[in-house]
Amino acid sequence: MPEEINLEIFNADPITEDVSDAAPEATPQAAKAVPALDTAAESQQILSDEMKALGDAYAQARRNGAAAETQPRLDYPPYRSSILRHPTKSLQHADPETIELYSPAFGHMDVHALESDLTIQHNGEPMGERIIVSGRVLDGDGRPVAGQLVEIWQANSSGRYIHKRDQHPAPLDPNFTGVGRCITGADGSYSFTTIKPGAYPWKNHLNAWRPAHIHFSLFGQEFTQRIVTQMYFPGDPLFALDPIYQSIVDQDARDRLVASYNHDQTKPEWALAYNWDIVLTGSKRTWTENEALGAEGDDHE
Amino acid sequence: MSKLTPTPGQTVGPFYGYALPYAKDRELLAPGSAGSIRLQGTVFDGAGHPVPDAILEIWQADAEGQVPQRTGSLVRDGYTFTGFGRSAVGNTGVFTFTTVNPGPTAPGAAPFISVVLFARGLMNRLFTRVYLPENEEALAADPLLSSLEPERRRTLIARRDPDGGLSWDIRLQGDGETVFLDFEGTGAEGSGIEDAGVQDASQ
Repeated sequence: MPEEINLEIFNADPITEDVSDAAPEATPQAAKAVPALDTAAESQQILSDEMKALGDAYAQARRNGAAAETQPRLDYPPYRSSILRHPTKSLQHADPETIELYSPAFGHMDVHALESDLTIQHNGEPMGERIIVSGRVLDGDGRPVAGQLVEIWQANSSGRYIHKRDQHPAPLDPNFTGVGRCITGADGSYSFTTIKPGAYPWKNHLNAWRPAHIHFSLFGQEFTQRIVTQMYFPGDPLFALDPIYQSIVDQDARDRLVASYNHDQTKPEWALAYNWDIVLTGSKRTWTENEALGAEGDDHE
Repeated sequence: MSKLTPTPGQTVGPFYGYALPYAKDRELLAPGSAGSIRLQGTVFDGAGHPVPDAILEIWQADAEGQVPQRTGSLVRDGYTFTGFGRSAVGNTGVFTFTTVNPGPTAPGAAPFISVVLFARGLMNRLFTRVYLPENEEALAADPLLSSLEPERRRTLIARRDPDGGLSWDIRLQGDGETVFLDFEGTGAEGSGIEDAGVQDASQ
């Protein structure tokens, strides 16, 4: 995988297409220096006030007996890019049919064991704080999701993505790409060795910063369990300011995206460790014992 | 009924492009090979503009209606049909897959391809289906399609191109908004509302 990364991407022409609907026009000049503050952009205070109003309304609804929300709101205007990208009609209930009750099979034919270590993909050691991120993937019934694909991607320790559309003027790290994969074990376990990502600025509003996070992509044993999400680090001061994190209006639900520091899994003189379990939706299929044990989908190479 | 509360989803963001795509990700079969067809369309936002930063996955039965359970989607050998594909859209919002027409998974069932959509600006993944247009009788009997008004139903049925391919667009919002699906029994998960009394996985 590392050799497939085109290093010319580092020097690619800046893509002026914004990465936020609210972004000011980027220019090649601006990309090479600290961009001038855009006085036209909305302030954090405006966004914080909007988020607080939505949070207060949710708290009031809860006091009036509304059920807890467990997922982000698709319609969450403080995340400006969501305004034209959320369905306005209710999701249509469907009973999953045959194909939806199964998942694509992934195995060690698809993923090499070394792909779970993001610190060995180049000739040297990446800069930053080395960490181990591990946990289990479970379905909604608490059953381990065995032999399934987990994919992650993230910014480097400076908060810079290798993606050509990230023109944040922080250093790229020639020893860090920020992409990893693994296949879960029989107990649903996964483990990645990586570098703690930095916070990075984005253009939702003026001086918007995302809390440090790792993107996770997960498959269950049924396609209806497919999910992409983000893992955060405990105690991040940017949580309260971030419209993407805040799009989950329920604090218990937000907490499910925050890893816990786990000193027992650290390695002396080498790496700190974080633990994060992921729960997919419940199974809708009648399972055989072999499937429950994860015999399917893993080619045992 | 689920016993643990699912982990929330989050947007795929703008920077999946160096992580999720892989070689031949959209080629369930080699383009031009016997029986292969193109599935192509554009993702549009609520203003009718193409969305240039979306990524889709398809998952489907083979031509005989069998559910594939073979590994190798990420490292295609050129022969094994795994039923899974992934296509990021291009600058004009267009996605393309090379695949086969799925067969019916049960006698009389309307064949469809399962689709999941991710995008920057889209907080959580959206599930939908794209049905083959041919078998009117099967389409009329389909439980999902028959639950929809005609103009909504239309959004889930592909057009057959003269070359045998399928054309099918996704509209996230507004006129012709695509029908997106909620598979949870009570509508609880899709709407993000927790059932009363479920236990919390983290406690």
